[in-house]
Amino acid sequence: MSLKTIKNTQQKERLFQSLLSASGVIILVLVIGVFITLLIQSMPAIIAHKFDFFSHTTWDPVSGQYGGLSFLVGTLLTAFLALLISIPFSLSIAIVLGEYLTEGWIALILKTAIDLLAGIPSVIYGFWGLFVLAPWIRNLEIKLGVLPYGVGILTASLILALMIIPYAASLGREVIRLVPAELKEASLSLGATRYETVRKIILPYAKSGISAGFLLSLGRALSETMAVTMVIGNSNLLPTSIFSLGNTMASVLANEFSEANGSIYISSLLEIGLLLFVVTTIISLIGRRIIKKMSVHQ
Amino acid sequence: MKKSSLKIRHAKNYLFIGIIGLCSILLMIPLILIFYQLITLGGKSINLTFLTQIPKSPGESGGGIYNAIVGTTLLVALASLVSIPLGILTGVYISEYQNSRLSGAVRTCVDILQGTPSIVIGIIVYTWVVRPMSQFSAISGGVALGIMMLPVIIKTTEETLGLIPMSLKEASLALGVPYYKTILKVVIPTGFSGILTGILLSISRVAGETAPLLFTAFGNAFLTYSIFKPISAIPLLIFNYATSPYEEWHQLAWGASLLVVGMILLLNLVAKGVTKR
Amino acid sequence: MKPWRTHFLTSLLITGLCISSTHATEILGAGATFPYPLYSKMLSAYNMKTNIKVNYQSIGSGGGIRQLLNKTVDFGATDGFMSDQELKNSREAILHIPMSLGAVSIAYNLPGITKLKLTGAVIANIYLGQIKTWNDPQIQKINPRIKLPATQIVVAHRSDGSGTSAIFTDYLCKVSLPWQQKVGQGTSLNWPTGIGAKGNEGVAGILKLAPGSIGYIEIIYAKQNKMTYAEIQNKAGQFVSPSLETIAAASDIKIPADTRVSITDSKKGYPISGFTWIIVYKNQNYGNRKESQAQDLTNLLWWMTHDGQAYSAALDYVSLPKSVVAKAEILIKSISYNGVKVKK
Repeated sequence: MSLKTIKNTQQKERLFQSLLSASGVIILVLVIGVFITLLIQSMPAIIAHKFDFFSHTTWDPVSGQYGGLSFLVGTLLTAFLALLISIPFSLSIAIVLGEYLTEGWIALILKTAIDLLAGIPSVIYGFWGLFVLAPWIRNLEIKLGVLPYGVGILTASLILALMIIPYAASLGREVIRLVPAELKEASLSLGATRYETVRKIILPYAKSGISAGFLLSLGRALSETMAVTMVIGNSNLLPTSIFSLGNTMASVLANEFSEANGSIYISSLLEIGLLLFVVTTIISLIGRRIIKKMSVHQ
Repeated sequence: MKKSSLKIRHAKNYLFIGIIGLCSILLMIPLILIFYQLITLGGKSINLTFLTQIPKSPGESGGGIYNAIVGTTLLVALASLVSIPLGILTGVYISEYQNSRLSGAVRTCVDILQGTPSIVIGIIVYTWVVRPMSQFSAISGGVALGIMMLPVIIKTTEETLGLIPMSLKEASLALGVPYYKTILKVVIPTGFSGILTGILLSISRVAGETAPLLFTAFGNAFLTYSIFKPISAIPLLIFNYATSPYEEWHQLAWGASLLVVGMILLLNLVAKGVTKR
Repeated sequence: MKPWRTHFLTSLLITGLCISSTHATEILGAGATFPYPLYSKMLSAYNMKTNIKVNYQSIGSGGGIRQLLNKTVDFGATDGFMSDQELKNSREAILHIPMSLGAVSIAYNLPGITKLKLTGAVIANIYLGQIKTWNDPQIQKINPRIKLPATQIVVAHRSDGSGTSAIFTDYLCKVSLPWQQKVGQGTSLNWPTGIGAKGNEGVAGILKLAPGSIGYIEIIYAKQNKMTYAEIQNKAGQFVSPSLETIAAASDIKIPADTRVSITDSKKGYPISGFTWIIVYKNQNYGNRKESQAQDLTNLLWWMTHDGQAYSAALDYVSLPKSVVAKAEILIKSISYNGVKVKK
């Protein structure tokens, strides 16, 4: 090998390495850029509202009053309700697939079902929710004697629950599988039933992983946009019951961002975007940390 | 006494199996319903006209979604153009420089990006691309989708490369092959199927995305191949037509839904096939 | 990455760039949902005639104004004209070109009841949340012969910034003092009650689905969806149903030169009527716009206000009166590029 080729190679080597680091830096700049853009753009609103933006419910573009509490409440209500509805289902599937039926055609069907649920785009959930689920909820509301809107917090939560089940279920299945066989065998050989083994050994062992799954599916529910926008009713009033209409932080952005005029109006919407970004960031960071800790334990 | 408590324990055991089994079966109901409706309602509208023509004016029957099919294809291609090379390089970077502080930060950013709401990405791309260009365009839509593809590609690349035996790399380096050639000619080809899976999954993730396109690709009633003009996309069309009062457009929306779900499932299947190999 | 794939992607990019340069005559407009069916029909006819693609996205009047101000569209469309303050805030002159006339119908979903009379005050009270059921004495009083059900009223309104809302609330402000004080007029409002839906399409969707609902939608959407809508009392005290004649009658007032005028609460005709406008910059030489683009846009506007009007009646829109077309002509002729008038 001549000296020239070596030099050439070294140059290429350096070029390649800087290319690698550069791409890493791009990702870093991208994420920091998102944060800074949101922060700068929402500055006028933050200054105008001081810190009481999320303690007001009035959202009135006519008089220029912007309070984001209704959206915050709408978001938390739908996301937690969806999580609550989804827990029994995702936990059941995680246990069935992780412990009872690890192989065989039933397991295959269940696994495929979960994959299918995860694969359906959000706009199609919204479409289906609007045309199929909402009329059912409307009939229910007529029977209960509440205003038969059909759409609203409940409809949105049900759709969200369906959408987030796959996340918690597949992560739950993975961690349940990771429970050492010796532990389970020990429990069974001591005469514990399968149920007792699940409750006393498997679930405690897989606890942190399962909760990470719930946390990540909560994050997914908080950030979901299209399906919610289509079925929540888009009312800017504070929801008072699960049959109320509402708006989430994501859905108000989808509804109003392209048409807001007036700098404070746009800026207030971006402040909502900023909060949404910060919250989902915190959730995904905590979730990943838990998962990382688990994989270190193995 | 003891016997009865054992009975209770066994009863509990069966009850538990019953409950978790029931919950699992219950979940199948909405899934079957969704697919039943997609296939019966959507199947009716899928035909040659549907696939080759553009939509008619509201209230007129017939017409198809060819403009949206072209749009989605173009948008995904544009998104892939940037996000595949960038994603793979970043994936290589964080798997190769595991202990550097920068790569730790990059890894965190990838996690954040994965959890970022798609609507926020739409807003950001509107600010970064649409405003400066003074134009809604396929490019801006492609950028938004590309950002959404990145985390999936980066993660699968990192995971795949982590599975490649150290000895392989060492052998190549020991033979005097330069580092960059080792990565490009030995490591990446070995992990090719894993990386390809990641790419396919990331495409299937964004092919059905609507929110990032609302303020970027914007939609177009006509057929366009231009990347500097607003463009339609299948999910965007579903959203607009599903919320319209026209029966004909609902029909198109059901057909479009079936098409996009079919496409996504096919991508997932291929991705699975690739992994198995 | 394998070489062939790089080549493939590069060539794809190049093809894209090439194709884009050959399809330069594409015009983008966005805004009001009310004229969407009409524009869609007009523009598809215009495409067949001239091969120029005019892409119109119905994102709401508020969006039409915002995107024009952001200069992301060639023209905006709105049913509520921009206020003097808004026009002042935009540093460049904006023209309102009238395109059509429409009416906001008060549609309702009450099975079995096909004829209903309402007054402005009653509508305001329903939208203020003060009238909650259909058999409320205030409604019953003006409809003595109809047996109204005790059903709760499901109030529907627009969730997006909407010119339809602007016309509707402009009317309510004129007829109801409480409304003017509590809510006011605008494209996006702080609604005291009710369910929000995106676009005329969305409100029509709710009205179709929910029994007991009431909503304000553009007349074309009500007619196309075979909905029932109320007769509204005008200033002269008559109860009038929206129709081509009654809407045209409402527009029979003095129109200012810039055509920005509200015709709600009129003496004659249907009291919740209004113009719909396309808004453009007077000076087309902004951004990177070429003179040919200005030319195309002006030709389009001219065609829409003239030959394009032929499509109105079949779709239940009211053609522009001759006097208004004359005003529109002057406005279109005032569009300039670099100080030179575009239309000769």
